[in-house]
Amino acid sequence: MTVAKPLPHDAARLHVTGGARYVDDLPTPPGTLHLAFGLSAKARAKVTLGLEAVRASAGVALVLGPGDLDPMPDCSPSAHDEPLLAMGEAFYAGHPLFLVAAESHLLARKAAAKAEIGYEELDAILTIEDAIAADSRFEDGPRVYEKGDVMAAISRAPHLVEGRVLVGGQEHFYLEGQSALAIPTEDGGMVVHSSSQHPTEIQHKVADALGRAMHDVKVEVRRMGGGFGGKESQGNHLAIACAVVAARTGRPVKMRYDRDDDFVVTGKRHDFRIDYRAGFDGEGRCLGVDFVQYCRCGWSMDLSLPVADRAMLHADNAYLLPAARITSHRLKTNTQSATAFRGFGGPQGMVGIERVMDHAAHVLGLDPLEVRRANYYREAPVAASEASGGSISGKMKGQPLPTADLAGRGSVKVETGSGKATRYGGAHSRVPATAENATPYGMEVTDFILHEMTETLARDCEFEARKAAVAEWNAANPVLKRGIALTPVKFGISFTLTHLNQAGALVHVYQDGSVSMNHGGTEMGQGLFQKVAQVAASRFGLPMERVRITATDTAKVPNTSATAASSGSDLNGMAVKAACDAIRDRIAEVVAAELQAEPAAIVFEDGQVRAGEASMSWEEAIAKTYMARVSLSATGFYATPGIEWDRIAGRGRPFYYFAYGAACSEVVIDTLTGENRILRTDILHDCGASLNPAIDIGQIEGGFVQGAGWLTTEELVWDGAGRLRTHAPSTYKIPACSDRPGVFNVALWDGANREETIYRSKAVGEPPLMLGISVWSALAQACAACGPNWPDLQTPATAEAVLAAVGRARG
Amino acid sequence: MAIRFLLNGAPEDVEADPTTTLLDWLRERRGLTGTKEGCNEGDCGACTVMVTDERGSRALNACILFLPQIDGKAVRTVEGISGPDGALHPVQEAMVAHHGSQCGFCTPGFVVSMAVAQLNARTDHDDQLAGNLCRCTGYAPIVRAAEAAAHAPVPAWMRTDAAAVAGLSAGDGSSPFIPSSADELAAWCEAHPDATLIAGATDVGLWVTKQLRELAPVAFLGRCADLKGVEIGDDTIRIGAMTTLSELHAAMADLHPGFAELIRRYGSVQVRNAATVGGNIANGSPIGDSPPALIALGATLHLRRGDERRDLPLEEFFLDYGKQDRRPGEFVEAVSVPRQPDRLRCYKLSKRFDQDISAVCGCFSITVEDGMVTAARIAFGGMAGVPKRASAVEAALTGQPWTEATVAAAIPAFARDFKPMSDMRASAEYRLRAAEGMLWRAFHEDAGHAADVLKVRA
Repeated sequence: MTVAKPLPHDAARLHVTGGARYVDDLPTPPGTLHLAFGLSAKARAKVTLGLEAVRASAGVALVLGPGDLDPMPDCSPSAHDEPLLAMGEAFYAGHPLFLVAAESHLLARKAAAKAEIGYEELDAILTIEDAIAADSRFEDGPRVYEKGDVMAAISRAPHLVEGRVLVGGQEHFYLEGQSALAIPTEDGGMVVHSSSQHPTEIQHKVADALGRAMHDVKVEVRRMGGGFGGKESQGNHLAIACAVVAARTGRPVKMRYDRDDDFVVTGKRHDFRIDYRAGFDGEGRCLGVDFVQYCRCGWSMDLSLPVADRAMLHADNAYLLPAARITSHRLKTNTQSATAFRGFGGPQGMVGIERVMDHAAHVLGLDPLEVRRANYYREAPVAASEASGGSISGKMKGQPLPTADLAGRGSVKVETGSGKATRYGGAHSRVPATAENATPYGMEVTDFILHEMTETLARDCEFEARKAAVAEWNAANPVLKRGIALTPVKFGISFTLTHLNQAGALVHVYQDGSVSMNHGGTEMGQGLFQKVAQVAASRFGLPMERVRITATDTAKVPNTSATAASSGSDLNGMAVKAACDAIRDRIAEVVAAELQAEPAAIVFEDGQVRAGEASMSWEEAIAKTYMARVSLSATGFYATPGIEWDRIAGRGRPFYYFAYGAACSEVVIDTLTGENRILRTDILHDCGASLNPAIDIGQIEGGFVQGAGWLTTEELVWDGAGRLRTHAPSTYKIPACSDRPGVFNVALWDGANREETIYRSKAVGEPPLMLGISVWSALAQACAACGPNWPDLQTPATAEAVLAAVGRARG
Repeated sequence: MAIRFLLNGAPEDVEADPTTTLLDWLRERRGLTGTKEGCNEGDCGACTVMVTDERGSRALNACILFLPQIDGKAVRTVEGISGPDGALHPVQEAMVAHHGSQCGFCTPGFVVSMAVAQLNARTDHDDQLAGNLCRCTGYAPIVRAAEAAAHAPVPAWMRTDAAAVAGLSAGDGSSPFIPSSADELAAWCEAHPDATLIAGATDVGLWVTKQLRELAPVAFLGRCADLKGVEIGDDTIRIGAMTTLSELHAAMADLHPGFAELIRRYGSVQVRNAATVGGNIANGSPIGDSPPALIALGATLHLRRGDERRDLPLEEFFLDYGKQDRRPGEFVEAVSVPRQPDRLRCYKLSKRFDQDISAVCGCFSITVEDGMVTAARIAFGGMAGVPKRASAVEAALTGQPWTEATVAAAIPAFARDFKPMSDMRASAEYRLRAAEGMLWRAFHEDAGHAADVLKVRA
């Protein structure tokens, strides 16, 4: 069986030879036009456009300002608040103001630079503090999730821990920038190639922009050069712009952002300010914690509401909090509209509670790992968590469905047309403190395995001995100090917008026995296509080369959800399995009749179709099935069972299960400059029964380094006028090769998912990113080794931030 | 403009605007899309190609490489790293076997960098790959692949360019102007005082790709053999303006290893292979990394206009932010430093260790005899509008015993020497603290204390 084998990525050979095609590599038809946006240089201003020089520039075919588009297409995945071009007023520095179509990418860029733009500057709301002062927010007030009586719990607690942590944003820096290619078809339709995690949304938004039905638009995505959430909604603008110009001119149209434009135009990870107040007992047990999360959302809603929700849903991380209150403010600012980024708010929420654990350990003089373990959720007996099963369709009935954009993750109950921030009704309902092993949102944790994982990791990486060695080293070295920390991850798996937890697949078996497989998931490097193809090959008992992987295509599988929330293989693997099994059952009927066996006794393995001792080749079975006039094509469908969630009340079971992990990192800092290195990292991560251990380890290594980068060198800097100053890799520093830990050990936790997922595997896309928190925690330990005081290390822990923390520790 | 070069083993005669980049030409004109554009400024390495000439094969970023720069050379893109019959190169085999690609977009650039390193028998993988960014893998599987392929035989097709390039006739060098000697350049510069001189194009390239400037007239200096190379005499080290940072790195490895390490971190392999010492000085950047080290070594700059030559201490060349003491028609011919016992310590502070621009670059040459500081030359980048000596700090140290008390007493002098600014790389306050910390580090290192995080191992 091919499932569980560490096979290479299906496109690995194409990657290494340069043969793998991305959108900008597709051969374009003659006459293709190339687009560029003209961007606002001001964070908020009334804008007047002088575009004569742009129109006169070499090679320009068409220039469109806001007055040239009626109706103005909308690019938002949620609140319909993102016109393709700013309509008279720019809301952030980088806001697209006009559109140029020219004979080449370079000519379009050169033309766009020639605009004479008049700005009448208005007061801009840039920072979290600005937004709080102006009460500039999405939703009518903060969301609150609450368990127990937190005020009473904290006031009764013998020890109070109080503070603030700033959690930085993060640029995706997918190596392939945003891009799209639109080719008009003969009957007013449009074929769009897009570097998008969400082809259905591209289809829907392009159809809306063209005033056509969705069936008039076909969107194809073979692969992306990285996504990380940055291509869930941020590709809409390019695809829509291309389609609009293609419809006007009848010519194919391509658009890609230059890297600097990509930085300046598109959204990034939300930055947060988290204020915390927590009560602890003398043994390090948390009695209650009160978080206030301020989330900077930028100028439009985009996916900010579910991002902020997920930050709340991960404010507990791995810890059973007897009393907790999480208050979340979603602030509207004149900056890029922050968007999905691997973890989707979860990492920011998790940084809050990990900071509380470190702070409490410092205050109490306890070992941070012991404080963490003392607060873990209880281990759940295996028997207690049988798969829940059941359909959610009944639960969907009577729920108010969102507005038109049903497949968008940001789609929520929205009142449009008011022009103001959207209003939401309803209040949260408090989770009783008596709940056994319940999260602050009332979900029982029934699959907790971190006690044993932590024990195993601490043993295997010799945590205690190394901790002692670090202390000894620090005593002997005046300039450099080391730190070591072990931190856990518990991450909830499912879209919190419950109805998105569905997927479709289309599988064909051809007369020669070759298999063609298609599903709604997109490939952005995570190995989804390979994993799902291994599922298909396993169902049919075939070698991999008999299964052809095909590009994601809205004309083959409709109504797909974004490839996001780590859900790709969970959802699409099950959908493909369903399609394969439907075909298998039909083949089994035919073969059973032929071999005089029961259909249930038919086995598919090693290219053979068997009934006991009797067998025939797969090819023979296919030929017989075809000759019997039985269909060899099937769709498959899957909906995650057992989940329901009320985001207003803050109650329910938003997640089908949790994925777990733990990391131990050791670092060294220079107390003279704050420079720092990761010396060693050991990771133990839970992928359930892995579909492909090589691909899963790749996700863990890559996720960890990306998470460590987020919390160390990746600093986004806006100036006082709201302009992003770190807008290229020259100034925004993702980890380079030598920044990975000097010693880097990754192991998979050996265990099956307790829920009935595809071959009992677990989602792996997002959770490992949060293993990077171990680096930040270790840096804080190293800073704390410099003096008696709480170093209060902030994020990102740049050399400058580390030196400041060293100074605070010394007092 | 007509130039000729070998592309994956076959000759190409190309007519194009002189500031057309190799990357744009490959992708848009030639239809070779394996080479990717990731940043269009030489920072990500997705466009890495192998360029071979009489000096050997090296990796360069195609996005900031103008076509005239490859005239008469051989270029090998990812499509030419595989064999003519489609056989995979050992690094390609290893990248597949070790799961070194995920999204695959950075992969062609990595493959080319790895293949060049393998050809040149380089196994310092972290450094060889510092100019290739990957956002998916965390690099671990890529390094495993590089290690696995390091000792495989170099495929025959990788060695054909060096021989083929010898007989390759190039364009005539008239348009754009491609001089073959400093004398030719000097005469031309006098007649074209407003010209842009293009050496490695690691800076000028961005004027075109990012600032969208039209450059004319331009001269490409790559064939001025007499401007290249490092001459190590008994008393003086003379560094030709067209010496690449890679060549300077090799020359400094034994003489001033601290300078060599600074050059290693100055930029990635691809950048060091293109960037020149003359360019790094002439563009007058306050954050160029070679001037502080050269100033600390007591460098003299050699300028030339026509047949007229003049020398000046390097620090005097930098008049003010964006303003250098370079007259119309004048160009940097060389820089020289006196031979001296190695006391140079170079500290480069940046957000990331590799392939990053300095927030602060501090270079210290502090001579200690019998426990006394007898001389101190200290220069900083990133602390002012120009590379600048720390004169007050030097004065506070000179003639004093080399002790903790002397260092502590010298610290306030930093604030007299420098009023740094705040920007996206660092705040003014931090720059000053870190500069002070660097003097402490120089002291601690002399005292034998561990003070370099890059030397610590788990």
